[in-house]
Amino acid sequence: MGKVLMKGNEAIGAAAIKAGCRFFFGYPITPQNELPEYMSRELPKNEGVFLQAESEVSAINMVYGAAASGARVMTSSSSPGIALKQEGITYIAAAELPCVIVNIVRGGPGLGGIQPAQSDYYQATRGGGNGDYKLLVYAPANLQELVDLTQDAFDAADYYRTPVMIVGDGMIGQMMEPIEFKEHISRFALSEKDWATTGTKGQREPNIINTLFLDPAKLEELNFRLQDKYKLIKSNEARYEAFNMENAQIVLVAYGTTSRIVKNVITDLKDQGINVGLIRPITLWPFPEKAFDNIPSTCKALMSVEMSFGQMIDDVKIASNGRLPVHFYGRSGGMIPSPDDIIEKVKEVIGGAK
Amino acid sequence: MAIVFQKTKGLTDKETHYCPGCTHGIIHRLTAEVLEELNVLGDTIGVAPVGCSVLAYDYFNCDVQQAAHGRAPAVATGIKRVQPDKVVFTYQGDGDLASIGTAEIVHAAHRGEKITTIFVNNAIYGMTGGQMAPTTLIGQKATTSPYGRTAEHAGMPLRVCEMLATIEGSVFVERVSVDTPANVRKAKKAIMKAFQCQIEGRGFSIVEVLSTCPVNWGMTPVDSITWLQNNMIPYYPLGNFRKPEEDK
Repeated sequence: MGKVLMKGNEAIGAAAIKAGCRFFFGYPITPQNELPEYMSRELPKNEGVFLQAESEVSAINMVYGAAASGARVMTSSSSPGIALKQEGITYIAAAELPCVIVNIVRGGPGLGGIQPAQSDYYQATRGGGNGDYKLLVYAPANLQELVDLTQDAFDAADYYRTPVMIVGDGMIGQMMEPIEFKEHISRFALSEKDWATTGTKGQREPNIINTLFLDPAKLEELNFRLQDKYKLIKSNEARYEAFNMENAQIVLVAYGTTSRIVKNVITDLKDQGINVGLIRPITLWPFPEKAFDNIPSTCKALMSVEMSFGQMIDDVKIASNGRLPVHFYGRSGGMIPSPDDIIEKVKEVIGGAK
Repeated sequence: MAIVFQKTKGLTDKETHYCPGCTHGIIHRLTAEVLEELNVLGDTIGVAPVGCSVLAYDYFNCDVQQAAHGRAPAVATGIKRVQPDKVVFTYQGDGDLASIGTAEIVHAAHRGEKITTIFVNNAIYGMTGGQMAPTTLIGQKATTSPYGRTAEHAGMPLRVCEMLATIEGSVFVERVSVDTPANVRKAKKAIMKAFQCQIEGRGFSIVEVLSTCPVNWGMTPVDSITWLQNNMIPYYPLGNFRKPEEDK
């Protein structure tokens, strides 16, 4: 199959439909509107249902009902809208329902702005909802990766019975790139959803989808089960790209659009005789901690580069575990870091690291 | 010996947790009997709310999803859109439906969502210990209206059926009570009609059932029934507010 030129937001929709997603519940918010608009056009042609909910709160609860009915279902939003969905997300995690949630991140806090940002890292990896739950979080850096991960997200969600989040900054949603839709083959052996509420037909005991456990021992049992699942996801699903690591004097850590700017920085600095490496988390949770075990001894410092004022840096510090000093460069509120600004910061750090 | 009455297949054998004199038990039974009589138990998915009836998932003998507080109509929408051939109902109290869940119930009705809502109005928050609800009557004391509700401070009690009846997507809206055997029979008829409207694919249907809460009202079950008759029914008049054209 040849390549097609598509906008990020529409590419997510196309990938989702190819992955068997037939239900989409959403609410308008910039900069992700092209995705629900695409689904409203394309799902009816594919025997699916697009429904515009009255709010993000309702949309995520429609996802709950649809997921518990055994369907492949998706919702999308942007930062303040995802904040509203957090209640539903913790219920979905607790009820162990599979679904895919897309956040095309914009600047915050509050209503913020509509330009690209990465200031929802905590929201995605620490959870804005209550309780001990985690999401599998993908952070693609280009549109090919975006469509590949979107298709994979539905399989992973079904396999682990967990909500999966795709985090793209506004740039990923709005830019156009050539992409190829590969034949979708699940890397998981998926089983029938015999837990779904599809009616007993009088032939089995009722299926109950529930998140209430008044007996603390029973609630802890659910938590043990969730933690076992998260342990499995942690060992199986952490993904990253390591770039130009050999003889690196400093390793930058960046994801999404920021990682692409950092790659330009690496090329520019190479011309100046400075060797810089990149660890690019593809999953934000689980954070690819193993990548930090393979940092060459030439490296004297780490630097987290983010379109936020420092959120992923916490995970960089945890992963580095005191082995190297961790520095930071970030812009926020919809401002995109320029290669020159990052270069200046790198020079300042390695000057000090010598 | 001839059997004159037996427990409906629509309920499980689990003992309910409802307080003595509470009318949730009657309303559960009526709903379950209707599902059994319509022969749809095996094709029904219920949605339990947050509130006294949260544990409804243990009592109805069909598939059930438990929803976040007030969100049952949104969850039911997700279920019905995936499974349009199934019977989907929500069972919600007045805190769940008339307070935190107003957006969800209004827009489920507005879309003409083909679901049925059983709305239990007892004019108080039961599960959390007797706080004021939007449906609490003027002068009625609750733990968060210890001097009695005033219109100036908290507004007038919300009449849900009257509000939802203004929405085009609502095809069946009726308020009933289970305070007398005659009214229990009327309530069952209304619940039957509401589910039939759903099965015929007509749109959104709701039955509001006036209910007692002896424990949080601080009355005996018998006094509670009298209080409901003297205070609730005058403000929340019984009757049909909307039904399909040919039934008018």
